[in-house]
Amino acid sequence: MRVDLVVVGASWGGLHAVSTLLRGLPADFDAAVAVAQHRGVQAPDLLVGSLQAATALPVQEAEDKDPIEPGRVYLAPADYHLLVAPTGFELSVDERVQHARPSIDVLFESAAEVYRERVLGVLLTGANSDGTAGLARIRAEGGTTLVQHPATAASRRMPEAAIAAGVADAVVALDDLARALAEVCRTGRRLAPRGAA
Amino acid sequence: MADGPDGSLELAARPRDAELEALEVELLLEAIYRRYSFDFREYAVGSLRRRLWRRVQEEGLETISALQDRVLHDPSAMDRLLRDLSVNVTSMFRDPTFYRSFRDNVVPHLRTYPFIRIWNAGCSTGEETYSVAIVLHEAGLLERVRLYGTDVNARVVQRARAGTLPGERLESYDEAYRQAGGTAGLLDYFDTDRDGCTLRPELARNIVFAQHNLVSDRSFNEFHVVMCRNVMIYFGRTLQDRVHSLLHESLANFGVLALGRKESIRFTRHERCYEDLDGREKLYRKVC
Repeated sequence: MRVDLVVVGASWGGLHAVSTLLRGLPADFDAAVAVAQHRGVQAPDLLVGSLQAATALPVQEAEDKDPIEPGRVYLAPADYHLLVAPTGFELSVDERVQHARPSIDVLFESAAEVYRERVLGVLLTGANSDGTAGLARIRAEGGTTLVQHPATAASRRMPEAAIAAGVADAVVALDDLARALAEVCRTGRRLAPRGAA
Repeated sequence: MADGPDGSLELAARPRDAELEALEVELLLEAIYRRYSFDFREYAVGSLRRRLWRRVQEEGLETISALQDRVLHDPSAMDRLLRDLSVNVTSMFRDPTFYRSFRDNVVPHLRTYPFIRIWNAGCSTGEETYSVAIVLHEAGLLERVRLYGTDVNARVVQRARAGTLPGERLESYDEAYRQAGGTAGLLDYFDTDRDGCTLRPELARNIVFAQHNLVSDRSFNEFHVVMCRNVMIYFGRTLQDRVHSLLHESLANFGVLALGRKESIRFTRHERCYEDLDGREKLYRKVC
């Protein structure tokens, strides 16, 4: 089954991790990428520029009802939740989820419900446990999950929470993540047989 | 599998039948409409579904159909669901740069009118309306303004009308107020007592809060500014188009439409009726 949507979640230390991941993607990468990066409300919108510098794929902040197009990188805007719906992206200003808006879980869970086995979830560095429930949801719907190896993360807590919960199909060092991700997208193969998590 | 304290992980890990769920959601919304006349049928499905599942969990239920059974037979459950579906989070001076642009680009235009009507549609508990009132007050215009704040939810309208906020919440807005170009102190505009901080009468005097449903009610006046920020993100495309018609019809010629930071007039049916006043801050001027 091919992957049409890659969802990426990052928190503390995420700018470096997301940039590294995007930098490693091939220029003809043909899945859509949606990123939920925790960040301050007051932070100016510099993140798009920083991420764009790392990749040839076009990077944009998602606007309400934007269609989800292959080969593009969409970023959850500061202080909004980003959701995936059958017709495209949706935004919400609902309460923070686990103190976060954008919430990684909100993005991952909605992506799982629409894209099912055609979604790949990638959880990166962070100092909280956002994203674990989202990865569980992605796996439950038949999608694939990758988690950054904690030893290569600026903050180990978020990847470790996902690993402890048994929701990682594979745990991969940051420098190898882009390759692993592209491999899953290209072959549509799961990384490892599913054991009892 | 390890689980969170609230069982959320266990719930997340359970596969769902998406087709069945879509059917259950459709039936629930139809039932709510026919039984209670609240119309959520054209709401955006992503957020709606999240809110429905939260209510399912909080009611101790398992499925969306079980929620339908409960809300049909228990009006208090409908009340709780209605609260989930219609209350939006709000804050004062959310997006400070928006208010700065309002001050720089909208206020000068408003000065040319002897009397100014402004509609804040979807005002929730009033923080956004108070913010605009303060900007207009500092521009010396508030005396000439009638500011209407409306929301579909009667409970939040009541709170908006009371004008009382907890002191610590107000303090948390002070930085945004300053970034928005505020020239005094935010606390100066509120009277503090045991119950909290209440908007001072000279600011509240020209504000009218009322219940209004963008989905089913008509326009009720002609305005020089219509603000509708982060409200239509909860609506599907078709409903968005309808509400845009209502807002367009409610605006005077050269009136200003203000949308949320990540909403756009692009791709709507009324795209060509507006020109950018400040495209980045989603301030548009009606030109036809």
